[in-house]
Amino acid sequence: MTIAISASGLVKRFGRTVALDGLDLQVATGEVHGFLGPNGAGKTTTIRILLGLLRADSGQTSLLGGDPWSDAVSLHRRLAYVPGDVNLWPNLTGGEAIDLLGRLRGGLDKERRAELLQRFDLDPTKKGRTYSKGNRQKVALIAALASDVELLLLDEPTAGLDPLMEVVFQEYIKEAKAAGKTVLLSSHILAQVEKLCDKISIIRRGKIVQSGTLAELRHLTRTTIEADTTHPAAGLRDLPGVHNLRIEDHRIRFAVDGEHLDTAIRALSQLGVRSLTSQPPTLEELMLRHYGDELQTDGGRPAEVTP
Amino acid sequence: MTTTATRAAAPTARTSGRGPLTGTGKLLRFNLRRDRIRIPVWVAALGLVQVSAPATYQGLYPTAADRMNQAAVIDGNPAMKAMTGPGHGLDNYTYGAMMANEYLGFMLIFVALMSVLIVVRHTRTEEETGRAELVRANVVGRHAHLTAALLTAATANVALGLLIAVGMGAAGIESIDWPGSLLFGAAYAVTGLLFAGVAAVTAQISPFSRSASGMAGALIGLAYALRAVGDMGDDTLSWLSPIGWAQATAVYVNNRWWPVLLALAVAAVLVAAAYRLRGHRDEGAGLRAERAGAATGSAWLGTPQGFAWRLHRSSVLWWAVAMFLFGTMYGSAVDVMEEYSDNEVVRQIIENIGGATITESWLSMIIGLLAIICSIFSVIAALRPRREETAGRAESVLSTGVSRIRWLASHVTISLAGGLLLLLVAGLGLGLSAAATSGEGRYVGDVLWATLAYAPALWLTAGLAVAVFGLLPRAIGLAWALLIWAVLMIYFGGLLDLPQWMLNLSPYMHIPRMPAEDFTAIPLAILMLLAAVLVAAGLAGFRRRDLTAT
Repeated sequence: MTIAISASGLVKRFGRTVALDGLDLQVATGEVHGFLGPNGAGKTTTIRILLGLLRADSGQTSLLGGDPWSDAVSLHRRLAYVPGDVNLWPNLTGGEAIDLLGRLRGGLDKERRAELLQRFDLDPTKKGRTYSKGNRQKVALIAALASDVELLLLDEPTAGLDPLMEVVFQEYIKEAKAAGKTVLLSSHILAQVEKLCDKISIIRRGKIVQSGTLAELRHLTRTTIEADTTHPAAGLRDLPGVHNLRIEDHRIRFAVDGEHLDTAIRALSQLGVRSLTSQPPTLEELMLRHYGDELQTDGGRPAEVTP
Repeated sequence: MTTTATRAAAPTARTSGRGPLTGTGKLLRFNLRRDRIRIPVWVAALGLVQVSAPATYQGLYPTAADRMNQAAVIDGNPAMKAMTGPGHGLDNYTYGAMMANEYLGFMLIFVALMSVLIVVRHTRTEEETGRAELVRANVVGRHAHLTAALLTAATANVALGLLIAVGMGAAGIESIDWPGSLLFGAAYAVTGLLFAGVAAVTAQISPFSRSASGMAGALIGLAYALRAVGDMGDDTLSWLSPIGWAQATAVYVNNRWWPVLLALAVAAVLVAAAYRLRGHRDEGAGLRAERAGAATGSAWLGTPQGFAWRLHRSSVLWWAVAMFLFGTMYGSAVDVMEEYSDNEVVRQIIENIGGATITESWLSMIIGLLAIICSIFSVIAALRPRREETAGRAESVLSTGVSRIRWLASHVTISLAGGLLLLLVAGLGLGLSAAATSGEGRYVGDVLWATLAYAPALWLTAGLAVAVFGLLPRAIGLAWALLIWAVLMIYFGGLLDLPQWMLNLSPYMHIPRMPAEDFTAIPLAILMLLAAVLVAAGLAGFRRRDLTAT
């Protein structure tokens, strides 16, 4: 396994604000890596450092075997970037912008460009200033996907796209993965990340707080179990790792930590299970686990939100 | 489109009981709050320059004889008239007459500029950025933005007019009396209002705020140039210029009020036209519907230099046309010069320069002026990378296989080569037209050569902009420092008898004033060297720094 992106101990300050506070990130070649975190957590700053647009204050970065700052130009020929907020030139058409970006990157596939225009349903003859946010995003996506590159850096690439286009986007990412390309996908859309990503890193306040496959992350959190049992289930309460146990007659419901799931299921099987459903933690729950305290602090001060 | 929109809006208007001006008052207060630094700075700066001028002149020309001597210099030199004004009251050149003749025309350029910038900022810029849409979605009428912008400009101009009227009137100088000072303030304010009306119209035409201020700016330049040529000759052209009207008031000499009323009437017509045009277009749109463009980029768009050229192309072409016209217009005035060659004072001036004819010395002065105007383009072009950067577009390009150096260098190339091209075009226009008017073919080559000699000064001015972009992007306004200094020196250097070191800080003062003076290579080489150092510093600085959005 080779490493496409590796960052360790990245620190970046803007004045007094600390945007990145010792960030570590590893993305293997051929992997679709989800980069999750709320606004302002440092996702865009990380990507801009990987592009050599910003220089890290400290820490090591390696991108496709090169240094993002000093080897920027040669690296950029091997990658494509879609910014989160696409700004186009007001008097260049979408088609011109696609060709411009593609050629400056080192050329783009004409047939593929035509196919992408059709699939994403974009009119390339309109001037940049007349495009909506979604259409501007399509321009950048088409320019990126029409280039034959090893690495795609996508910063919330579908924030303005409608659900139909979201499906098209996911197809192309799967295709890129099948072709052995590496994708770093920063996103808010958890369903998208769940569908596409092999690995996920969760960033919070400039640090990666969790990284791994979805299965690994799930293991670190709780599974919700609901069961109908013939025998009363009071004994479960004393098991390690069991939380929020509720018992109504013969119906029980509880959450159990990943590492104690096995013990809980064994205990449950002694009670005569008539029906059983288990729900793996959703990505929302994973996120809430890391950000729950922020939500609570925010929720505790409603006076600031409404005047 | 428009009719549907009107019909759809009608019930809302009826339920709220108000029309297209709803919300104007709130917007006006909002505009004034946004401009709470900007407008006071403009008004105070312009007002103080004017109000402090009489005291300066009392020092410079303490006696009536001194003033009459200055009057003779101006009377005998059409180049001075081109720079200043028509020369009312030269036969009895009081301090008041001096203010009206030597300050008003030049100051009105900046008053007009202030009005244009205020109006465009609060109309087209708001629409272009989509902020107007956000505001219009509330209880705000169709014409509220335009009205509030005009009222904002009116506030600034009336404040400036009052400041000048009171400041001048209170100075207690015999020839600067209260009736004249009131008219002086009114001429300032009304000319400002007129150009606010100009900007209100240009803001309706193009969907881009830059084109709106560009068109209005060109009209300011045209107004100044028309009166310059008019004032040298039989003043017919001056009557086509709003700045000429303000000077036609002959403040402190005859105190004519009617040109002010004329300007006010034209301002009213312009404003009415703006409202009419505004009513016929959609929010965010220009007067013409957006046409479809090319579906693919042409081959040269894929190179950094071709791309930079594409971004600057229309600007270069418009500037070239304008500079050629400027040159031609000034060149056509050479025959007026010959009439002055018998004048004793003029002969003295020429002797100071040494061996040149009056036409040559006049041409060399005009060439300096044209060179400074060409430099405005070069600075604007050199600042384009900063605009690309803050708009987030540089990020897209710099994440492709283009190095920062190549990207910036391609814009710098346009700035430097484009400036040279404009010098060439301006010199050609001036030389050809001077040769055709006077019948002296040698002017074509002489003038062209003299104009091109200004290239090093232009490059140095643009080089400063590149250096500021690379090293101090957050203080980007400093990029204009050299150019503004040069303009102040060329105008006030002669009038105020400033010390030599102040003049020397302007790179334009080191260019040999051909054809009146001989060519000298050394100052040009030094200016080019300095320009190269600044450009190199800018490139190096940009390679090392973060890309910033603000």
